[in-house]
Amino acid sequence: MQLDSLYQEVILDHYKRPEHKGLSEKSDVQVHHVNPNCGDEITLNLSLRDHLIDISWDGVGCSISMASASVMSSLLSGKTLEEAGPILDSFVSLMQSKGTQTGDEEVLEDALAFSGVSKYPARIKCALLGWMAFKDASVQIQGR
Amino acid sequence: MASQITMTLNGSLIRKDFPIFERVIRGDMRLIYLDSGATSQKPNSVIEAEANFYRRNNAAVHRGAHQLAEEATDAYESARFIVADFLGGDVDEIIFTKSATESLNLLAYSFGNADSGNRFHLKAGDRIVVSEMEHHANLVPWQELAKRTGAELAWFSLNEFGRLDLSNIESVITVDTKVVALTHQSNVLGTINPLEAIVARAHDVGAVVVLDACQSVPHMKVDVEKLGVDFLAFSGHKSVGPTGVGVLWGRGELLDELPPFLFGGSMIESVTMAHSTWAAVPRKFEAGVPNMAQVVGLGAALNYLTTIGLDKIHDHEIALTSRLLEGFEENKDVQIFGPRGLDMRGGIVSFAVKDIHPHDMGQFLDSQGIAVRTGHHCAWPLTRKLGVNATTRASFYLYNDETDVDALIAGVANAQEYFGSR
Repeated sequence: MQLDSLYQEVILDHYKRPEHKGLSEKSDVQVHHVNPNCGDEITLNLSLRDHLIDISWDGVGCSISMASASVMSSLLSGKTLEEAGPILDSFVSLMQSKGTQTGDEEVLEDALAFSGVSKYPARIKCALLGWMAFKDASVQIQGR
Repeated sequence: MASQITMTLNGSLIRKDFPIFERVIRGDMRLIYLDSGATSQKPNSVIEAEANFYRRNNAAVHRGAHQLAEEATDAYESARFIVADFLGGDVDEIIFTKSATESLNLLAYSFGNADSGNRFHLKAGDRIVVSEMEHHANLVPWQELAKRTGAELAWFSLNEFGRLDLSNIESVITVDTKVVALTHQSNVLGTINPLEAIVARAHDVGAVVVLDACQSVPHMKVDVEKLGVDFLAFSGHKSVGPTGVGVLWGRGELLDELPPFLFGGSMIESVTMAHSTWAAVPRKFEAGVPNMAQVVGLGAALNYLTTIGLDKIHDHEIALTSRLLEGFEENKDVQIFGPRGLDMRGGIVSFAVKDIHPHDMGQFLDSQGIAVRTGHHCAWPLTRKLGVNATTRASFYLYNDETDVDALIAGVANAQEYFGSR
């Protein structure tokens, strides 16, 4: 079934058992992002501990948006902002590739499961919701 | 022109008038289009009317001393007669806009342009009344008008059955109320609102009633005189017509007093370097070269619907809605938002399925050739009131039939299996 390329096992697993979900009591920065097309939303807490990223989040949305936020937070947590930047760029580039890129597994790890999303234009914003929230938070934290 | 089979509401025969149903979806799936609440598909007669205007009659209307300009003007103005007949209004009460959204904004901006002394003038202490079930197009323009004028925005609430709570009608429509703007049929719940008491109370306090008829005019017989409202807006593209054309109907004497919103060519009577006066209604509200081909296409669309019969279309959609509600009744994980009965409702059903987000449901149904709408349907306050972030919505039209309904019921069950078993 063609749909299986979109709903890969990794995605449905993260949707059912999301990681880093549940907001931390304190954070250096908190951002709230919504997808006005569908009403999906995410709140993301970002802190730096000894320069290492600490993410927690909460949100409501479809399997793609929630699983992507989960994969993003587990992939980027414990890395530095300098290390996270190229991963973020690589994911955004994969999403915007209209199915022409396969993505680098070394860089993207579990996030590679979202490669099928790029063939469904209406879902790209879903997959990017958590990542754009992180990008926003990381810009804010660097401005401090 | 409508084909010979259009006097009967056999969805599969009606589909033959609509070329889009010849294509397949996601490989080799038949197109099951259940998103007419967002936009309707177009019959050949509409596509040809629009194209033929460009092929044969294209010229700027109301200008030019040549044959094409005469023919273009005649085609454009003929459509105005068709719309007037369709709604039961006077031909000079029909204003063409680019969309229903523009029709409603035209009203809100024109009210805002009214000087002190004009009956539409709004100020602090005045009230504008809407409802919780409004589409953003009939909510946000009034929010903004209230901000610009200092008027207060108030609204009717929704009860647990998906209907307006009119128990407090006199405290909502107060004596200070100047405008009551209401949807005729909810684009999310399918609820058709009863207007008699609202219109009576509004007129008692000297307010005008603005009806957003986007979801009713294409689907049932709507007569502005019978409804007693003062203004009505609907869009062409939801009425098997082209995009880029909407209609605003208003009572003649009110349109005469209402100041214009868009200024420029066509809408003037006389212009000097320092001052201008306005053309008579409806031209006063139609600045610039209008969307001529789309207006002509809308005329063809309304003729098509009239040939089929609006009462038949409504009955057909209610039969389909009944079948869907019964089918969903048997699925304990499906929650339906809006009226469960068939009285005072149209062919729209919004629902949620346990543990499956609407966006995922919509994606799965798409893989089976079924087009539905998911999200907040441009009625975010209503969706919030329902206690969800989004719903899945099926909306019916004349080209749907029972096989479409059965495909949706089966598609939902298949989605439950797909997401549940993995």
